[in-house]
Amino acid sequence: MKANGGKTPDGSWPAIRFTVNGESRSVCVPPMKRLLDVLRENLHLTGTKEGCGEGECGSCSVRMNGELVNSCLIPVLQAEGAEIQTVEGLALDGELHPLQEAFLHHGGAQCGICTPGMLMAAAQLLANSPHPSEAQIREGLAGNLCRCTGFIRIFESVTAAASASDTDPAQEPLLEQTNHAR
Amino acid sequence: MRGNAEMHELVAPGSLGAVLDLLAAQPGAWTPIAGGTELMVAFSAGRLEAHKLVSLWGIPDLRAIEVTPAGVTIGAATTFFDLRKHAAVNAALPLLAKAASWIGSVANQSRATLGGNLVNGSPAADSSPVLLTYDAEIETISLRGRRKVPYSEFHTGYKRNVLAADELLYAIHLPRRFARHRQYLRKVGTRRAMAISKVALAATALVERGVIAEIRLGAASLAPYPVRLKQTEAALLGQAVTRETVLAARRALLAEAQPIDDIRSTAEYRRRVAVNLLEEFLLELRREGSQP
Repeated sequence: MKANGGKTPDGSWPAIRFTVNGESRSVCVPPMKRLLDVLRENLHLTGTKEGCGEGECGSCSVRMNGELVNSCLIPVLQAEGAEIQTVEGLALDGELHPLQEAFLHHGGAQCGICTPGMLMAAAQLLANSPHPSEAQIREGLAGNLCRCTGFIRIFESVTAAASASDTDPAQEPLLEQTNHAR
Repeated sequence: MRGNAEMHELVAPGSLGAVLDLLAAQPGAWTPIAGGTELMVAFSAGRLEAHKLVSLWGIPDLRAIEVTPAGVTIGAATTFFDLRKHAAVNAALPLLAKAASWIGSVANQSRATLGGNLVNGSPAADSSPVLLTYDAEIETISLRGRRKVPYSEFHTGYKRNVLAADELLYAIHLPRRFARHRQYLRKVGTRRAMAISKVALAATALVERGVIAEIRLGAASLAPYPVRLKQTEAALLGQAVTRETVLAARRALLAEAQPIDDIRSTAEYRRRVAVNLLEEFLLELRREGSQP
């Protein structure tokens, strides 16, 4: 091992490569730099937030190789070769993701700090369980803390997004009724 | 004080052999890091003491679940999410699947590993009581070879274990002979998700001819490290599950447990809850017997 902490002879850090939101990226940073900080500082993807910095609050949640992770707990070297999705990768060609639409229309976002992490945890949940039960929603989001909404609006947003993604049009009047009733 | 990434070296040799070479070349100099759910918390807070870290993430030999008729072998870097979604683990080792589902959050479970939980050695570790009641065996590896140690002898003190400086925890072996046992696991904490146990108890027991023929009790947060409650087990072994037996077991546990006051709870609360958990299990055992 080199005595200079792993730098190349010219004093720079070796490149670490991975994919973010479908785009190949390469960064030359210390390998222990947190993925969270690389996303925000090096790639200027500031949608991902830092809350607690210890894996308790979920606001830095991103998806990595199809799994939900806390980006504050990942040394960027461990993301080498990974496919990463951040909140910036949810919308497609300017079209909001159904979860984003649902959070917008159901009051799922207030101050916004937890929202990117909530969206990513919800996206992970729907990837694994397209029609989650309330218990599954609560478990899927249990690692994401929100201090504004009281969570109910967030759970309702996820339920609405899951229903909205149904191709069965018979589901839609039911959803409308629920919304009006409230 | 924030952690400074430039102050820590991290390498990812990519293969088990290369990691073992590094550990053997400079014993004690390198700290293995798997999913990072413990070490990266310390790093973020600026209190990570290790300056040279070697990554175990992405090494296939360490992240594997092998199922045979005799047992289940779990690679040390298998994540809790891997465990909870694995059909054979759910069927053969239901308490382990349950404990895995209780650890932290989904995001924590995607990274936290079974081996990391054991090597970290928290007295409150979620997987430990289960491994104790399932009679787990730990397999270590180094360039000098492999060896097996009963998990009940793995921890040697608070955050201390039998691993030598050049050794890695390689795999956890679990026998599949608890299908007829009554099995129990309960964790008591402040909330279901994210909370570290105030106290937890796991148990497996077999009742034959009206008496307890086998019993294993594994506890978290009742000692400086996760322990089998051997004296309490002795008070139960060979006994019919009567009111007197339950009272004697409660007394034995009160004598055996050494909980402490800390940020999460008090020794007194932990003692009371522990005996109540034990009683809950024994009443289940009396009501339902073993052989579900």
